[in-house]
Amino acid sequence: MLENALKGSRRYWGWIAFLAAVIGIGFLCYLRQLHYGLGITGMSRDVTWGFYIAQFTFLVGVAASAVMVVLPYYLHNFKAFGKITILGEFLAISSVTMCILFVLADLGQPMRMVNMILYPTPNSILFWDLIVLNGYLFLNVIISRVMLDSERKGLEPPKWIKPIIYLSIPWAVSIHTVTAFIYCGLGARPFWLTAILAPRFLASAFSGGPALLILLCLILRRVTRFDAGKEPIQKLALIITYAMAANLFFVLMEIFTAFYSDMPEHTIHFRYLFFGIDGARNLVPWMWTSEILGIVSLVLLIVPSTRRNESILTAACAGTFISLWIDKGLAMVVAGFVPSPVGNVTEYWPTAPELMISLGVWAIGFLILTVLYKIALTVREEI
Amino acid sequence: MAVDRRNFIKITGLAALGGAAGKEAMDALAQSEAKFSPMDNALHGKRWAMAVDLKKCKKDNGCKDCIHACHSVHNVPDFGNPKDEIKWIWREPYEKAFPDQENEFVPDDLLHASAPLLCNHCDNPPCVRVCPTQATWKRQDGIVMMDWHRCIGCRYCIAACPYGSRSFNWRDPRGADAEGKPYIKEQNPAFPTRMKGVVEKCTFCDERLAKGLKPACVEGCKQAALVFGDLDDPESEVRKLLRENFSIRRKPGLGTQPEVYYIV
Repeated sequence: MLENALKGSRRYWGWIAFLAAVIGIGFLCYLRQLHYGLGITGMSRDVTWGFYIAQFTFLVGVAASAVMVVLPYYLHNFKAFGKITILGEFLAISSVTMCILFVLADLGQPMRMVNMILYPTPNSILFWDLIVLNGYLFLNVIISRVMLDSERKGLEPPKWIKPIIYLSIPWAVSIHTVTAFIYCGLGARPFWLTAILAPRFLASAFSGGPALLILLCLILRRVTRFDAGKEPIQKLALIITYAMAANLFFVLMEIFTAFYSDMPEHTIHFRYLFFGIDGARNLVPWMWTSEILGIVSLVLLIVPSTRRNESILTAACAGTFISLWIDKGLAMVVAGFVPSPVGNVTEYWPTAPELMISLGVWAIGFLILTVLYKIALTVREEI
Repeated sequence: MAVDRRNFIKITGLAALGGAAGKEAMDALAQSEAKFSPMDNALHGKRWAMAVDLKKCKKDNGCKDCIHACHSVHNVPDFGNPKDEIKWIWREPYEKAFPDQENEFVPDDLLHASAPLLCNHCDNPPCVRVCPTQATWKRQDGIVMMDWHRCIGCRYCIAACPYGSRSFNWRDPRGADAEGKPYIKEQNPAFPTRMKGVVEKCTFCDERLAKGLKPACVEGCKQAALVFGDLDDPESEVRKLLRENFSIRRKPGLGTQPEVYYIV
């Protein structure tokens, strides 16, 4: 099966070569970072987590969102998702891999990573994150491999895979819940100290991830002979609609709680994000872009006629994805650090090497995704 | 490892009951005594704490003796910029040090005072709770320690610390700037230097306590504004000061039980 990835058109190889080049540049920048230290990034004494951890947080959501096709298909026998379930699982595999790489890129002493296994620490949420992320990767590799193999042979999938699939459903929820727990148990950072953080993360994941999946399906329709069909795309669009509505509702609840209580500790981070404080307004234009894109996309998704129009739907999915990426992949983590516990306002912005390393990791993700999709679609064509 | 008489009797009693296994335990005990016993003059405490007398500290507001004493003895590097800054003890204006003591009408001299800040060695330290490798932990005498060899540099402890007491080595502290000036101006060979990519912070001078010395900042303060001692000892100087003066702690509402007390 794997050999299918080694046969492809010139366009396929061109794309692979492009990704390899980006990965190469990213890797060179990473070597530079290893040599110099994390000071090469925009992070500072006050803002100690930045772009890497934000990408990790966002991508955990993309990974978790696979459950939005897995659950209807396997649990409710929703046949329309039959063609795209494997695409969702492969997206999860590449996203989790990126998550792990982003965490690795963020470590000051990456060669000591194994200390997390040598000295297991159940009281640290990072320990649980390590377990759920690797577990989820493992589950998805097993499930997609077994399902695709039986599809190729035209056989019923073996019975033992069913409980593993069922296990993967709560597991998907757990990866994003644990990621939220990394943040929301810290009294030092009032911005994250909210019980609604995990539900918020899940809602944004279940809209952002499927939005990416729709975009991927539409790209595949253009560049390959694979067509996901109208029905699953429309069903996914409905899922995005509800999840995005819940997500925006949760954001409004956060804002209400902070501003009606009017506690400075809780309002100040929102003020920083939306209006800027002490002249620090790096994230202000981004946040407004995110909110406006989110609301416009949601309206386009709610109105049936625009949702059914596939070109408008494409724009709405892109809008949703970008909106959520800004929110989680840029602002969420940084805003927790500004202002600092002693009230210092230090701004953060990723540096060029930091961005190149991040792009490199994204390119690794897309490379894995491309290869896996290539394998799956070739198997489908052979049947 | 400190073994007092009561613990010694307990262990030997159990060991005697254990027979053959007991002999091994005895040997292990004897060995551990030989290997790890602190020096005879080491300071012992059960709940180390510091009191900062801001009334005395204010007299020389802006003085940096404690900072200098600490940073030079511990090889704290100076990168010359706030982005990469590492600090074990530093000064902040009153309203930044005590944001929840917000009061428009505090006495003028207090309002304009700056307080020395350091690791609070909390009884309930959030940094220890979150560390994924146990690179930071709390000793039985209350000191929150840091293992620079085990730290993987994830900076979760920094995110968890409500006092900004932890610093990260964003670059190599053993290096030098473009002009060849080392970041550690004068190295103290008696204390290790750190490497890039690890977190560091104040350790209440555990290495000096083991030699019977008080923390460097306490010794360095000419005003004697910093007082170090054992809270478990009712006769200690810290307890006496806290008994006779009104003191505040930083962000008490978070439940971390900081062990640095500020007498206002």
